[in-house]
Amino acid sequence: MTGEQPAVVVRDVRKSYGELKAVNGVSFTVAEGEFFGILGPNGAGKTTTLEIIEGLRRPDSGEVRLLGESPWPRNVKLLPRIGVQLQASSFFEKLTAEEQLRTFGSLYGVSAGTAADMLELVGLADKANERENRLSGGQRQRLSIACALVHDPDVVFLDEPTAALDPQARRNLWDVLRAIRDRGKTIVYTTHHLDEAEVLCDRVAIMDRGEVLALDPPAVLVRGLDAPTHVTLQKGVLPVAEASALDGVEEAHEDEVSLTISTRRPAPVLSALAERGALDGLQVRTGTLEDVFLGLTGREYRA
Amino acid sequence: MTAFRTLSLAMFKGFVRDKATLFFTFLFPLMFLVIFGLVLSDGAADRTKVAVVGDGPIVSALRDSGALELEPHHDEDAAVRKVRDGDLPAAVIVRGQRLEVRFAQSDQVEAATVVGIVNGFVDKANLAATGQPPRYAFAAEKVEDAALKPIQYLTPGILSWGVAVSAVFGSALTLVSWRRKQVLRRIRLAPVSATSVLSSRLLVSAGVALVQGAIFVGIAALPLFGLTLSGQWWLAIPLLLLGTIAFFALGMLVGAFAKTEESASAAANIVVLPMAFLSGTFFPVDRAPAWLQAVSQAFPLRHMNDGMVDVLVRGKGVEALLVPASVLTGFTLVVAVLASRVFKWEE
Ligand SMILES: Nc1ncnc2c1ncn2[C@@H]1O[C@H](COP(=O)(O)OP(=O)(O)OP(=O)(O)O)[C@@H](O)[C@H]1O
Ligand SMILES: [Mg+2]
Repeated sequence: MTGEQPAVVVRDVRKSYGELKAVNGVSFTVAEGEFFGILGPNGAGKTTTLEIIEGLRRPDSGEVRLLGESPWPRNVKLLPRIGVQLQASSFFEKLTAEEQLRTFGSLYGVSAGTAADMLELVGLADKANERENRLSGGQRQRLSIACALVHDPDVVFLDEPTAALDPQARRNLWDVLRAIRDRGKTIVYTTHHLDEAEVLCDRVAIMDRGEVLALDPPAVLVRGLDAPTHVTLQKGVLPVAEASALDGVEEAHEDEVSLTISTRRPAPVLSALAERGALDGLQVRTGTLEDVFLGLTGREYRA
Repeated sequence: MTAFRTLSLAMFKGFVRDKATLFFTFLFPLMFLVIFGLVLSDGAADRTKVAVVGDGPIVSALRDSGALELEPHHDEDAAVRKVRDGDLPAAVIVRGQRLEVRFAQSDQVEAATVVGIVNGFVDKANLAATGQPPRYAFAAEKVEDAALKPIQYLTPGILSWGVAVSAVFGSALTLVSWRRKQVLRRIRLAPVSATSVLSSRLLVSAGVALVQGAIFVGIAALPLFGLTLSGQWWLAIPLLLLGTIAFFALGMLVGAFAKTEESASAAANIVVLPMAFLSGTFFPVDRAPAWLQAVSQAFPLRHMNDGMVDVLVRGKGVEALLVPASVLTGFTLVVAVLASRVFKWEE
């Protein structure tokens, strides 16, 4: 291990399908041991970017280095060191969950015991003997992730691993991903869940229309945004006019159920509300990646 | 090596868990074997059955000769009704010294056979009653001709065809479904060669071919069908394996072109069915017109079939495999090269 060498280097990568520029000059570097997220709406070019790095697609131009090597053409030396979960799950036909893992494991020379451990890790131990096509969407997703991790790779690529997962499974998967990260592995993953990326990622790249719009740690992105804090109250505890007049309030408006106050100085606003005893149904929401996305693209984020 | 073993095992499991494939691999060809085997079974081996009412010296002579199969009835009406219903071709009714034959009008040939046989026995009995030695003698003897009994050419034909079908479909459908379900891309990301993945599937096909051979030959050899194997029948095993490889390669070529499972099976059918009809699967090619025989020389199945007939039932030796083996090997090489040229990892 050189330690200094980045796990992934992407330099001005471009890929077009006919007229469509799926990836249009993307550059970034992922350090070894980093948890890197790629965010963006449908068709942003996330999968294309990821698969170019994995060596599944060939870029039209630009350079990719994966663990110091070029992934294209198929680089057999790299393959045991990377684990990939494709966006569409890919399984052998008519095999049970455990058999799938064992088969994929055998492609990397992994023992059958490891396969069983992996099932445990993703919480599928009780489904070991269930055929893949009889698993639920989320269970299949977890199996697919287990198949990507079975050979203990150094760099893990996950394409929307938390899509189709219920909140509980999502959180369990977060724990799995953090555990992998804590073992010094590098994770590059795509997601539509901005809140999740905020919690998990060291850095995120926000993509849209084949381009990277922003690239920073989530906290930096949110702070840099200078987005107002939203304070929400139950409707009727305070007239809108009175709320608008409070010190520090930029804007206040009311809908059927609640009163929302926007402010960049939440402290005086909150104490003023407390003085009036108007704290019923109080919720405070600070800026999020969603606001960042809105600010960058001028569009509401829709996953 | 363990990757190869695990993969083969995975593909074997995938194969045996697919009921439709099992049906088309084993039961479907077997149905043809059984149906054709019974329909075309040798007429002589299958004796005509007639109803008999009453008994006497002529009836016992008939029974002892085994020329006809006799179904005894007590009631004349019941016996005649069987003829009228078309269940039996004729009824023989004994009235003292007189023998009556009531036969069905519809099947003239069968009726004539029965009438002729019964008449012959009555004449013989009459002659014996006179005590005179017969003036003219008559002798009949069977000749073994080159034309094979149907089961003798059906078994090698249907075996070759069954092996070809399951090898072509096995490889074509596996390839297409793997590509569609992204398994190929996933395999491409693993440090194994495409060759080792394909050969593990080929191993399954080869195993299947051997099981097909054992089952089809085993069933055809039952007394009901009466297949008799010749001395060097085991030479069929290398031929079976060569054929599997050749048709597996053909399936790869089909799978490389086809985008969906449906189009793959349609294409495989278009390739295999005409070949089956023109290669002697259901009838010996030497009965076909000369131009058709010439055309059929172009098909690998024809040569596999010829080789099968030679070693399974004609008692020929290794030299009979020379042409089929060379043709199949050449075919495999050409088709495999083509297939690897057009092979695609993804859609
Ligand atoms: N093989 C292909 N052929 C043609 N166009 C493609 C191909 N793959 C992707 N595209 C196009 O490239 C663009 C980017 O696709 P990509 O799959 O990278 O998006 P994504 O960000 O992963 O979207 P999603 O969130 O829906 O997965 C899309 O407009 C898509 O239609
Ligand atoms: Mg995608």
